[in-house]
Amino acid sequence: MTEMVYGTVPIRAGEPILPRWWRTVDKLTMSCILILFGIGLLLGLAASPPLASKNGFQPFHYVERQAIFGGLALCVMLLTSMMSPNLVRRLGVVGFFGAFVALALLPALGTDFGKGAVRWYSLGFASVQPSEFLKPGFVILAAWLMAASQEINGPPGRTFSFGVAIVIVGFLAMQPDFGQAALILFAWGVMYFVAGAPILLLVGMAGMVVMGGTFAYHNSEHFARRIDGFLSPDLDPRTQLGYATNAISEGGFFGVGVGEGQVKWSLPDAHTDFIIAVAAEEYGLVLVLAIIALYAVVAVRSLFRLMRERDPFIRLAGTGLACMFGVQALINMGVAVRLLPAKGMTLPFVSYGGSSLIAGGIVAGMLLAMTRTRPQGEIGDILMRRTGR
Amino acid sequence: MIRTPLRPLARILEARARGENPDAIERENLRLRHEQMRDQARLRAEGRLLVLGVAFFCAFVTVGARMGLLAAAEPHEPSAAASSAPIVAQRADIVDRQGRILATNMATHSLYAQPQQMIDKERAARELARIFPDLDEEELLKDFTGTRKFLWIRKKISPEQKQLVHDIGDPGLLFGPREMRLYPNGKLAAHILGGASFGREGVHSAEVIGVAGVEKAFDGYLRDPANGGQPLRLSLDLTLQAAVERVLYGGMKLMNAKGAAAVLMKAETGEIVAMASLPDFDPNDRPAPRPGTQAEDSPLFNRAVQGVYELGSTFKIFTAAQAMQLGLVGPDTLVDANAPMRWGKHRINEFRNKNYGPKLSVTDVIVKSSNVGTANMALEIGKERQQAFFRSLGLFDPTPVELVEAPTGKPLLPAHWGDIHTITASYGHGISASPLHLATAYASVLNGGKRVQPTLLAGGRPETGERVVSEEISAAARTMLRAVVTHGTATFGEVEGYRVGGKTGTADKPNPRGGYYEDKVITTFASVFPTDDPQYILVVTLDEPEDRSGAEPRRTAGWTAVPVAAEIIRRAAPLLGLRPEIAPTPDFALTLASH
Repeated sequence: MTEMVYGTVPIRAGEPILPRWWRTVDKLTMSCILILFGIGLLLGLAASPPLASKNGFQPFHYVERQAIFGGLALCVMLLTSMMSPNLVRRLGVVGFFGAFVALALLPALGTDFGKGAVRWYSLGFASVQPSEFLKPGFVILAAWLMAASQEINGPPGRTFSFGVAIVIVGFLAMQPDFGQAALILFAWGVMYFVAGAPILLLVGMAGMVVMGGTFAYHNSEHFARRIDGFLSPDLDPRTQLGYATNAISEGGFFGVGVGEGQVKWSLPDAHTDFIIAVAAEEYGLVLVLAIIALYAVVAVRSLFRLMRERDPFIRLAGTGLACMFGVQALINMGVAVRLLPAKGMTLPFVSYGGSSLIAGGIVAGMLLAMTRTRPQGEIGDILMRRTGR
Repeated sequence: MIRTPLRPLARILEARARGENPDAIERENLRLRHEQMRDQARLRAEGRLLVLGVAFFCAFVTVGARMGLLAAAEPHEPSAAASSAPIVAQRADIVDRQGRILATNMATHSLYAQPQQMIDKERAARELARIFPDLDEEELLKDFTGTRKFLWIRKKISPEQKQLVHDIGDPGLLFGPREMRLYPNGKLAAHILGGASFGREGVHSAEVIGVAGVEKAFDGYLRDPANGGQPLRLSLDLTLQAAVERVLYGGMKLMNAKGAAAVLMKAETGEIVAMASLPDFDPNDRPAPRPGTQAEDSPLFNRAVQGVYELGSTFKIFTAAQAMQLGLVGPDTLVDANAPMRWGKHRINEFRNKNYGPKLSVTDVIVKSSNVGTANMALEIGKERQQAFFRSLGLFDPTPVELVEAPTGKPLLPAHWGDIHTITASYGHGISASPLHLATAYASVLNGGKRVQPTLLAGGRPETGERVVSEEISAAARTMLRAVVTHGTATFGEVEGYRVGGKTGTADKPNPRGGYYEDKVITTFASVFPTDDPQYILVVTLDEPEDRSGAEPRRTAGWTAVPVAAEIIRRAAPLLGLRPEIAPTPDFALTLASH
């Protein structure tokens, strides 16, 4: 009757993409990432002028570049987050193979920018670090393989993914880039853990690590010296770490004031690895705690959202991405406060760096795509329970 | 675990009976089992994700807490690098026998630069070059703009210089505290003190290490924190050292000598009360050894210890003393002194080819300084006994005095000691020793006959030396030496009231190209005073002296070294607390009687 009076309401096959995306995406996590990006720009204003003046650019040269790459990264993130998990999986696996080939060809075609490790492709206007793009791709591939192994009569995906991880670690160690290699291994380990690693194996591995560490400590003087240096309470104030620690103390709770910081003039990596020290010195503990809280929210909230997820691939991929994101931030900040031995690692979205920003956008986008709210078959549960099953 | 079989036989038979496809049952069961597995995996994953989430949360909280702790901590100035051992910068003082400072430390600053912290490098380089004229502006700028992150500019700077550098106002120019070694008496006792410089250097302190003299010989003691800054007490007496150096300098100039050395030693213990070597230097600003010049002519060369010379007739008293000790002669025994004496193809002459013979008493051999008489006594003593005696006097080995340079003062001895060497050695030729050797040997023979070791430490060496000659022989030798001053070759050596005894020595300088110079001599006066109570030994050596006050230049010790030594004794004896013996005048006696 109504139809006869008002004419047929056009029926859409599905909900339009944008509204559905807006309804289902994890808005809190996305806000956190956007805020982090904003903080990154703010700190770039503080940390990068010394570098720019040293390299003969305008004072805010690096901030402008960061803004351009950041805009690009945000677009990538939004686009990726709109994709369906299946599409993410396809593109991720394709991307993985692309990045893997790029990584394998690095020794032949890459440059080291005079830093001793061949990690980059120089494109003239920018440089690309393939390992940054390899990480999300690897997580997707490994999640796919592990999820497939959970099917009845599925392939031995865990073994395959472990093999892939080892090959990548080998390539990265050749560069050498032990930081990224450790990240890859960590991501694989976390996914394996969530995919149901036997407890016995985990305990055994933990024991092996402890024993191996003890053995190395007692038998390798080099290793022992590094650990002792890390454990000793004294710190050479003329090292990067010394400057960073002093800067954090200098900043106190509310910082020395915008633009008043000194550490950025002494630290060569003030705009990348030690940007948290610049933040602590100029803006104080307040901003640092805010940054930590933002990373914690992104990582922990994503993990809790994934707990409800029923699809094994989505669950594993999301776990890998969230943990990688979180642990990178943890390592970066842990080094600055001397909780961890020195290891160069960028702070995702905050540190300066074109390819790391865009790769970060991809990771965040994939993570958002994985943690979108979607039907999890709860109705089926209820119905089945009603039927007494 | 109870599993439902995928093909339950009963149901399949039933289904077949009903004409249904039994594969549907299998598929249904397969689906159920798959779902069961997935539920299980999901539950497990849920728990593990929870664990992960909590772990991450804890990790972030830890990092945050650590940040909070660091932020709450008081920022401290960067302290010394922990990697290297702390540098002990305390160095004990050196004092003379009465506790007066010879060497001490002064707080000063070093200047270094950290170019990456500099603001205006051109200006800093320009200003620095103005403050320190010896620095080159171009070089500084090159250092500042290069890749260096740290460079020393000056090891020590004065307070005024520090203020000037401070006024440049560049944060990349930094000062490090320094302990600097200071010798407040300047050139005084320069050769004994030696000097110090910096060893390991850090920003916050630097080691001060001795480079020569007692500073190096006692380096370990001076730097040992266990001594608690206890000063090193030397046997030197600051006042006497100053008097000896001043008179010696005047004497060197008057006698037109190019160098001079003096040793004033306590006869009983071997303690060196004053020891000088000219030309000298300022240990505060120790000159670098200049290559190309002869080491012996460098101001750094300690003529009293390192310089070994043929000390000439001063050795004759050893021969006389040994001959008396062996009972071969007495002071009045006549010995053959008929010159010239022939020995093989050699001819032994007296001074200016005189002949004191045919016979001279032993005392007159010493008083007139007869080479021939001494040579004949030496031949009677013989080679072995003469060598043993010289060795017991320490004339064959470097002096054991506490200076790092001492081992380089090794006596020069004939390679193959024949009878001719016994003859020449008896009057101090063909054998070279340092003035300190001579002073030590004189002290041993004349102090009553007990061997002494030279030392720079107050209190002397504890051990009492072995006997080299008897008390009587020692007294007889002193009587002979007294006679040399009263009516011998050293009459200028008489100092009213102090009963000086001594022996002159004039030796031609050896020419490095072989033979001896005609007109270059080393003159020596070795003396003991007072002779009736031997307390001090003084040895004065002049290098190439020439007294030009007379018609022709006079170069003998009696005209050169002896007056200088007398002047030193005249100045030093009252300072040493010696009471002059003044013959009582008749007036004096009358005054006494009136009481």
